[in-house]
Amino acid sequence: MADVTLTVNGRTITAPKGMLLIEACKLNGIEIPAFCYYPGLSLQGACRMCLVEIEKMPKMQTACTTPIAEGMVVQTESEKVVQARKSTLELLLANHPLDCPVCDAGGECELQDMTFKYGAGESKFIDIKSHRDEQQWSPVVFYDRPRCILCYRCVRVCGEGMDVWALGIQNRGQGSVIAPNKGDALDCEECGMCIDICPVGALTSGAYRYKTRPWEMTHVGTVCNHCGDGCVTTAGVRRSDTGSEIVRCDNRDRSGMNDDFLCIKGRYAFDFAANPERVTTPLIKRAGKFVAATWSEAVELVAAKFQETLLDGGPKAIGVIGSNHTTNEENYLLQKFARTVLGTNNIDHHRTADFASFARAVATSKAKTASMSEVATAEAILLIGSDPTEEHPLLAWQIRNAVRLRNARLYVVNSAGIKLGRQAAQFVKVAAGSEGWLAAYLAGKDAGATLGVAAEALTKLREALAAENNLVVAFGPEVRGEAIDALVAYGAAKGAKFICLADYANSRGAADMGLYPDLLPGYRAVDSAGLALPQMLDAAASGSVKALWVVGANPAARYANGAAFSKPFLVVQDLFLTETARQADVFLPAAFAYEKAGTMTNTCGDLQRLKKASDVHGVKADFEIIIRIAEKMGAEIEKLVPFRGYTFADAGQSRGAQSGEADRNAVFTEARGLASRTSPLDPTITLDEISQLVPGYAISRMELAGGVPQRTELVQIEAAGIASHPELIVPAGNSLFTSGTLGRYSATLNSVAENHSKAIEPIGAD
Amino acid sequence: MKFSEQLEARYSDMLTHYPVKRSLLVPFLLYTQDEFGYVTDDAIEELSRRLEITALEIRNVISYYSMLRTKPGGRYNVQVCTNICCLLRGGEEMLAHARKTLDVAVNKGVTADGVFSVEEVECIGACSWAPAMQVNYDFHENLTPEKIDRILDEYRLKAAQQ
Amino acid sequence: MANLVSHPDEVKVVTKRFGQGAANIDRYLELDGYKAVQKALELGADGIINEMKASSLRGRGGAGFPTGMKWSFVPKESAKPKYVLCNGDESEPGTCKDRLIFEHDPHSVIEGAMIAAIAVGSHDVYIYIRGEYRYLLEIMQKAIADAYAKGFCGKNIFGSGYDLNVYWHGGAGAYEVGEESALMESLEGKRGVPRIRPPFPAVVGLWGGPTVINNAETLASVPHILLMGGKQYAEIGVDRNGGTRLFSLSGHVERPGVYELPLGYSLRKAIYEVGGGIANGRALKAVVPGGSSVPCLKPDEIDISLDFDSMMKAGTFLGSGGIVVLDDQTCIVKFALRTIQFYRHESCGWCIPCREGTDWLSKSLKRFHAGGGVAKDIDNIRYLAENMLGRTFCPLGDAAAMPIIGFVNKFRKEFEAHLDGKPCPYEKHPALSQLAVVR
Ligand SMILES: Cc1cc2nc3c(=O)[nH]c(=O)nc-3n(C[C@H](O)[C@H](O)[C@H](O)COP(=O)(O)O)c2cc1C
Ligand code: SF4
Ligand code: FES
Repeated sequence: MADVTLTVNGRTITAPKGMLLIEACKLNGIEIPAFCYYPGLSLQGACRMCLVEIEKMPKMQTACTTPIAEGMVVQTESEKVVQARKSTLELLLANHPLDCPVCDAGGECELQDMTFKYGAGESKFIDIKSHRDEQQWSPVVFYDRPRCILCYRCVRVCGEGMDVWALGIQNRGQGSVIAPNKGDALDCEECGMCIDICPVGALTSGAYRYKTRPWEMTHVGTVCNHCGDGCVTTAGVRRSDTGSEIVRCDNRDRSGMNDDFLCIKGRYAFDFAANPERVTTPLIKRAGKFVAATWSEAVELVAAKFQETLLDGGPKAIGVIGSNHTTNEENYLLQKFARTVLGTNNIDHHRTADFASFARAVATSKAKTASMSEVATAEAILLIGSDPTEEHPLLAWQIRNAVRLRNARLYVVNSAGIKLGRQAAQFVKVAAGSEGWLAAYLAGKDAGATLGVAAEALTKLREALAAENNLVVAFGPEVRGEAIDALVAYGAAKGAKFICLADYANSRGAADMGLYPDLLPGYRAVDSAGLALPQMLDAAASGSVKALWVVGANPAARYANGAAFSKPFLVVQDLFLTETARQADVFLPAAFAYEKAGTMTNTCGDLQRLKKASDVHGVKADFEIIIRIAEKMGAEIEKLVPFRGYTFADAGQSRGAQSGEADRNAVFTEARGLASRTSPLDPTITLDEISQLVPGYAISRMELAGGVPQRTELVQIEAAGIASHPELIVPAGNSLFTSGTLGRYSATLNSVAENHSKAIEPIGAD
Repeated sequence: MKFSEQLEARYSDMLTHYPVKRSLLVPFLLYTQDEFGYVTDDAIEELSRRLEITALEIRNVISYYSMLRTKPGGRYNVQVCTNICCLLRGGEEMLAHARKTLDVAVNKGVTADGVFSVEEVECIGACSWAPAMQVNYDFHENLTPEKIDRILDEYRLKAAQQ
Repeated sequence: MANLVSHPDEVKVVTKRFGQGAANIDRYLELDGYKAVQKALELGADGIINEMKASSLRGRGGAGFPTGMKWSFVPKESAKPKYVLCNGDESEPGTCKDRLIFEHDPHSVIEGAMIAAIAVGSHDVYIYIRGEYRYLLEIMQKAIADAYAKGFCGKNIFGSGYDLNVYWHGGAGAYEVGEESALMESLEGKRGVPRIRPPFPAVVGLWGGPTVINNAETLASVPHILLMGGKQYAEIGVDRNGGTRLFSLSGHVERPGVYELPLGYSLRKAIYEVGGGIANGRALKAVVPGGSSVPCLKPDEIDISLDFDSMMKAGTFLGSGGIVVLDDQTCIVKFALRTIQFYRHESCGWCIPCREGTDWLSKSLKRFHAGGGVAKDIDNIRYLAENMLGRTFCPLGDAAAMPIIGFVNKFRKEFEAHLDGKPCPYEKHPALSQLAVVR
């Protein structure tokens, strides 16, 4: 857009036409204070903090509602403006409790900051302040009216941003209060956005309140470990008895592609790490009972048993089940270990989306995949299957933003009403199980009868889509196998971009890294396929698989035949004694994602860096456990992790919250070729191997270290030979308040799920 | 939840007034209050369904307008103006008199028999005929304590006859 | 029902049909009713607006904006329907004139609004009447129904091919809803919180369509203007202040009531002749000349012409035409307190300076009047009010602050007399001990 030139405080500045004055000033380094203005939310003009003088206007104007105009002359620091700010603060403070020392927001409170900056520290007010008692609206949301400055950010983010509309304003004048939708309680998605967006301490979090002060925490931005969307979540970390613990998570610094968004899981469900049921010592089953062991004992036993099995039954007698939650490096290492040290292709993971078919389809038709960020800027979005509000909260947020802020058109095809139907330009309800046919229909086949939809609705959809150019297509596990080929072929022809939706934090990474019996990293076919997960378990039950290694998975929760776990020698790496872990012969306590370094690939193919935030004494990262087992088995570690031949620095990832110094040092030494040799336990080396060997993963380490999500594209992949097994897809069926097995150990998720009645009616076509 | 026939008719008629359904909300809430004595939870739910807006949104609106209430008042709500013109002509004395006679201390308080409630209100547009009050929607102007007594007696009689 | 008064100095234009049963449509027709709208159809949009400009009619709602000019701002072409909205929210303390128009001559409001609609090319008129005026809403409902029954509104009015619908709408108690953008919010079924401007209602108003909003008295004047001619109407008043207006005289005058006086009439005469002087033979202490929102005038300031420009020059406003007279026995502090309590009660709460400012002022003044004042309070009160001025989201903040500044500036001595725990010099008011209980 063309630029407009204006004068602010005597300085000539330029900014794009149509921009609000407050933004134009910010762009040029001139700060105008504001409480109620919040980018991306509707304009309020309510707090009056941003009043400025504009030449030819008799009254001061709010910079947050005034679009810039050519030749505008603005004063943002004149005596009049400064006095207005000061008196507005004085007015606010008149009724505001001065309980900063005990307020959660103390130290990161916008009212505090502004008072410090603009004065009004001395009170003229001597009358009694209005008081109201604090209220608890939900397990996670508390409201303290006297602290509330009525900026309406919470009301807007809940309504406009989340489309939940659970907060309102009641009464008027001095009696105005923010009110929850169920009288004295909230019935909502519990995302906590209202708490984070509150500029003061009026809304506080049940999970965090009164625990610590902001300045006592170190802040580490890592990647949420719940759904497949990959939000950056910034952990506030504090020292604890067992190492260091996370006290809260948020993304107020807007450091990820999720901006300041987080759903309940990203914001609160870090708490299972500190669940008292967490196991922190290795356990060996003796006479049917778990006995605590040292790491050496446990690892030696596992190594010995694996070797014994190999000797007895050969590589086919061992099965390995990988995880959707572990890092790319761990997944890569695990399959490398299985294939090279154990010599078996019996490796698989819980598949929640048909990435193999997707990779084939994309590679065949040279289609592009869409990043999570591209969803928010798409002109049109076609969503087939899935209920993103429940299963992909960030995707739902991106879609809503695209529709709300950029007038994007959303087309929804689903067998049930979903909440995003409210944003849909067209909603087509199809018979359950027929979603896959839609692609064929769009591509021109007459599939109306199969879809169970009136012909007009389908025609209307086809015509509307035909007219769309910048289209992003996202589809859930309802679309699999050849239907994916058809859909991608249809869209590729018109330049559409695609997203295949999987359920867990690193489902995509697990697939890309080759946790498949028939596919290597980058979906390269193997010569002789191993056993897929159900076959492996059948084989274990029947006795042909004699040792089973389960890394960060809980197949017993889904697989009925108990003999599969009781019969073989079972090694389980996990945080808790899950259904599977309870049956283990050896249990190895693993670190949780926030306790280690590495990378993860979200469902869109955005690769991000996981940073170590907290520490729990006794547990080990899966990466280290694998290496240790390999070492004890006598494997050549240099081959697994080629650390000797290379000189790579530990870029700080594995040193956690206190790594600032290490980071700078690493950058310096690396740049000069002075980097020291690293340990085999450093996953960075594996990342380098991945980026050299796995198609699509040639990413920039420098950018990644700088927090820029890296795109992994599937087009470089060889389509030939990618076999698809749609029958092996088992969606997790997680909701907003559940997160597989791990979620069950989150106190917050449990408390909220109990309280929640489906507040938000899904809206469908009918 | 059922509205009376009259209220239903009112609803259907008002729906035809506006391009957007919820526009009828403010006056219709007042009519609803007239029927039930206050805006009941059921009425809020019903309107939320009909107008396709959340019950919270309706409560936000109700709580904004001073004539709307979500708790019952007296059958006759005595609203005494004490704003400036009435003040100059004895509005506060009138309010005190009404409160004393009816024995309600607090604002919006209801008498024991539920017949009256007394409320101090802002200007009701009777400034040239001050002091003034409204009993429900009826204006009573140029008040004196004696006149208030007579007026209240009439309403008391009316209540007894019903 | 409010009684009518009269005075020989009155010029009866808008009140011409008062007391003659004109709420009845047939009677209204006998009294030249619905002739002006037919004339309007002949004149067409430009013709009407020219007459309106010639009349120099200025809005009777308070701001005194020239009505003809306001109508000319409405874009000729609009993708969205245009609307005319009659503001009958009359809630400004001291103002009770629209009430009489609705009671005695409801059709003149309908007719005036219809003419406005024709002038701007709108086909839908809404008449908003405050909730407390239920009996007037009923009168209006009947008047509208009667006009439809006669075929004056609806499809093809007067065979002109022009369709014009008229609807009623009621409020539910909120002063702020009288502010034009809050009025639209209320009509859309929302809280009465004003809108951000620009865009102005003439461009984006009701349901997003261009909208003309006029006070009921403004609209009731319109048919008369068309019938007598704009020029002639203008001549009744003074320069740039055409015609007459209804003044609500209240407070300590001998003969309170609503009088129709030509613009430019003397305030002194309005009080002493029309109003019959100060009640009970007392002396004048102050006049609030334009409804509660305007700064008061002292007795030596009342030789002034009642028109928008002269009043502004004198540092106050003609406002809504509500003239409130205070005699020498009135406690200004108490009066100021009651004034600010009104604004505190009616502030919509949207913006900080108004919400917090009215609360703070009312708390301070309450304590101050009860005898708990300290010397610095007087300046603090003024400082606070001055810091609300021009900074609030809508003019309600100014309306609250201006009278308070006026009282402090003009009656500082009286504030000082309340200091040091002294009882209020005007015995009627309770002393501190009693008030503490009430609080
Ligand atoms: C707080 C506030 C209250 C108002 N109340 C009324 C009112 O009750 N009636 C009215 O006609 N105008 C009222 N106004 C003025 C209206 O905003 C608007 O200027 C008027 O309706 C325009 O009509 P006019 O040009 O015919 O005067 C109020 C303004 C403010 C700021
Ligand atoms: S949307 Fe997904 S990635 Fe983002 S916070 Fe929620 S669970 Fe975590
Ligand atoms: S001041 Fe009481 S009716 Fe106006």
